[in-house]
Amino acid sequence: MAIGAKRVPAQEASRRGASSEEAALGAAAPLLEIEGLRVSFLQYGRGLQRRTVQALAGVDLSVGAGELVALVGSSGSGKSLLAHAVMGLLPDNARSSGSIRYAGEPLDGERLLRLRGKELALVPQGVTYLDPLLRAGEQALGRQRGPQARSRLRAVFSRFGLPERAERLYPHQLSGGMARKVLVSAAALGGARLVVADEPTPGMEAGKAAEALQALRELADGGCGVLLLTHDIEAALRVADRVAVLYAGEAVELAAASDFAGAGERLRHPYTRALWQALPANGFRPLPGVQPAPEEAAASCAFAARCGQAAPECRAAKPAMRVWRGGQVRCFKPD
Amino acid sequence: MEKLSADIQDGRRRGAGAEAAQSASGGEGIKGGWGLYLLGKALRLILLLAAVSAVTFTLVSHSPVDPVRAYIGADILRVGPEQQAQIAAYWGLDEPPLERFFRWVGALLSGDLGTSMIYREPVADVIAERFASSALLMAAAWLLSGALGFSAGIAAAMAHGRWPDRLIRRCCYLLASTPPFWLALLLLTVFGVALGWFPIGLAAPAGMAAEEVGWLDRLRHMALPALTLSVVGIAPVALHTRQKLLEVLASDHALYARSRGERGWALLRRHGLRAVALPALSLQLAGFSELFGGAVLAEQVFSYPGLGQATVQAGLRGDVPLLMGLVLGSALFVFAGNLLADLSYRLVDPRLRERSRTS
Amino acid sequence: MMERPEMKAATQRKAVPAASLPSGRLRLLVGAALLVAALLGLGLWASLSGGGEGLRTNLAERSLPPSWGHPLGTDWLGRDMLVRTVQGLWLSLQVGLLASLAGTAIAAAAGLSAALLGRTADRIVSWLMDLFLSLPHLVTLILIAFVCGGGLRGVLIGVALTHWPSLARLIRAEAMQLRSADYVAVSRSLGKSRVWIMTRHLLPHLLPQLLTGCLLLFPHAILHEAAITFIGLGLPPDQPAIGVILSESMRYLNAGLWWLAVFPGVALLLLVGAFDRLGHAASALLDPGRSQQ
Repeated sequence: MAIGAKRVPAQEASRRGASSEEAALGAAAPLLEIEGLRVSFLQYGRGLQRRTVQALAGVDLSVGAGELVALVGSSGSGKSLLAHAVMGLLPDNARSSGSIRYAGEPLDGERLLRLRGKELALVPQGVTYLDPLLRAGEQALGRQRGPQARSRLRAVFSRFGLPERAERLYPHQLSGGMARKVLVSAAALGGARLVVADEPTPGMEAGKAAEALQALRELADGGCGVLLLTHDIEAALRVADRVAVLYAGEAVELAAASDFAGAGERLRHPYTRALWQALPANGFRPLPGVQPAPEEAAASCAFAARCGQAAPECRAAKPAMRVWRGGQVRCFKPD
Repeated sequence: MEKLSADIQDGRRRGAGAEAAQSASGGEGIKGGWGLYLLGKALRLILLLAAVSAVTFTLVSHSPVDPVRAYIGADILRVGPEQQAQIAAYWGLDEPPLERFFRWVGALLSGDLGTSMIYREPVADVIAERFASSALLMAAAWLLSGALGFSAGIAAAMAHGRWPDRLIRRCCYLLASTPPFWLALLLLTVFGVALGWFPIGLAAPAGMAAEEVGWLDRLRHMALPALTLSVVGIAPVALHTRQKLLEVLASDHALYARSRGERGWALLRRHGLRAVALPALSLQLAGFSELFGGAVLAEQVFSYPGLGQATVQAGLRGDVPLLMGLVLGSALFVFAGNLLADLSYRLVDPRLRERSRTS
Repeated sequence: MMERPEMKAATQRKAVPAASLPSGRLRLLVGAALLVAALLGLGLWASLSGGGEGLRTNLAERSLPPSWGHPLGTDWLGRDMLVRTVQGLWLSLQVGLLASLAGTAIAAAAGLSAALLGRTADRIVSWLMDLFLSLPHLVTLILIAFVCGGGLRGVLIGVALTHWPSLARLIRAEAMQLRSADYVAVSRSLGKSRVWIMTRHLLPHLLPQLLTGCLLLFPHAILHEAAITFIGLGLPPDQPAIGVILSESMRYLNAGLWWLAVFPGVALLLLVGAFDRLGHAASALLDPGRSQQ
């Protein structure tokens, strides 16, 4: 994997300081490597209908220790499936292919069972992932018991700004922000080395969302590898070292967070640039059209239909992911 | 919490169970805590009983069965028209229906349900006595079917898709299609007639005074009807528990628990049982209606002198006061089951518990 | 349509729990077809053998256990139990069909009026449902049978009246959902009458629901008919109903004539079970999301 993990955005540089070494190290020996991940599942319609739905059609990315990588994709684009695939928790009717490696070795079977809840942690979307009949403290502790664990729980809760009484609350009594902090605390308590955070901010007010993301940043600064799945590119850029962009189930670009600057000259894929330019601060130029479903673009560039520079070859074959200007891009004629 | 339509499609316990769960989970919007809640329930009960009485009375007064003839029975040929008129006057049968209804309601309000024509005793006494023996039978069956059904449902869900699941499901489907009275006949044939392990009928050995009957005898006589009732009750709880547990296991929070290394029976103990026990309990409570129906049939086969048998006799022999009393009694019984189901949710589920305390 | 990053992707993708395989569904449909064929054959046989020699009293051959000549044995009058059982099933089938059709009709009427005729109608219907659900089915059946003086009419009315509320609730919910659907709203704003909307928009959508509802009621109707007949308040003893056969068999159990009770019961169980599975299979086909397992 190619890009050096130099996370630059100026406002964060001072806070980061020490960990840039680790990040560089992480890039040399990534914690998590995903290559060519495809996920599809069977769906049943009325009567005797049955169809296969392709959700992820080729995702490549890597996460190093101490690094926060954001995967940006629109809602419903299969980000959660990616998280579940990494954790080995896809539903029974799903089929996946491609490789997922953790610390250099395939992540599957017994190894997965052993690592889940220890080195691997999932920070799910929100309150529905908490057992409605268990108090928050118990849930954050998971399988850990004893007074030592209790005091660590207290420490972690207060670190993430949760009041002490939060331990005794049931999930329905937690606000959305509190629930997400409980979920992040649970990951921190478990001593995870790799954290996959699935859409941890939607529905939160800006300040709270920033806090939740900050909590993830702190995990990364503490040496974890963090994979953040989100639809919100602005928020992702505030904390991420690198950004992967998902379009129609495919990763189309891997870029350093610092590439998102100016008018997007340093970006490689036209979709990424369009995303960047659609932001209010960068001209607010929305991109017309909608994303195709992955199976509609199985034999062409998924973005060809909306791309200004599309050539005949873009509609005839699917481009592969390739290294380009210190990042990666899935395009025949990247800039 | 509960997909009503799914319940109708799936559960054999129609209506009542779903309704109880629905009103419990949907929240009926109790505004002032427990006092108002219970007051509201009491009001509903009164309205319900009033409606049931009125409808039943109207129906019964249109029956072609002549209560006087029913009362006299086989001696009808020896009883002249004059005496028949006297009997009618004695029971107040010559008055117009509306007047009879109000007289009956008046008596009911003072605790008098009238006199049973076939047992020649006050209806209230007949029901009380019969209820005692039926209650024993139903309680035993309720507990047994609940325990067996709950365990079977959990075992099936934990083995989802594998052979124990298929086996348990098939057994449940089979049981659900089994006519209860035929099952009773079968058990009677096998254990009563062929093997001779259990007596063939009645609550106690014939010709024994009630005080002499020991516990053992009672149990022996209760065993087969209770077994019938239990077996009939297993399938709904088992299928419902299985379904609920599968839902829990497929839920977001179970997925999260698995992402944290929990799995198998440990995950069941921590996240599953709590979530499944309450629906199962509530279904069992809401199943009082089916339990009563099953008791009618089982008691009929085993000549067990309980409420069910009394209901059949009242219907067969036109004992209107007894039938009215039993209809009201069974409505009360079913209502109690639904109320308990509702209460169990309110007391146990933290989400509802809090709501009823604070709101 | 313009797209911004937070907008939803074109196709909503959502994980659905694994449903039964299509091959399983096909098998069910084939099974259903076979069942119907078998039942038609049964009916044909029953009507051909009706009043025939199978039912003639033959005291020389009374109380025989199952044998080649009489696969299900004979009763105390020497009547062949196989013929009696088949006739009983055929009768149960007819009564069950009538009763469940009646129940479905009541449910449709109640559900539709609750959904379409305004709040008062809705209240009345739900009150009626509560009323009917407040009594055990068997008590209602006994009450209605008593009111009708026993017989077929009592059974039909009783079974229809005990089984409508659950289906009515389903129909009500569906109709309410349809009522607020866009195309219905458009029709209404175009000034179409209630009846027009009901026949053009609602009935076509509700018909499959009604059919599967009826199919699901059917086994219950058969069971309840047999039960009420068994306790002596249903079909009269001169009818060859399964309930009658089983009720009579009780008198001979002590004498060891077990086949009188066992085989007719098994036959009833098979009939009820087959239709129960069929009903569930049909509702699974109709609505895969609702019944996954």
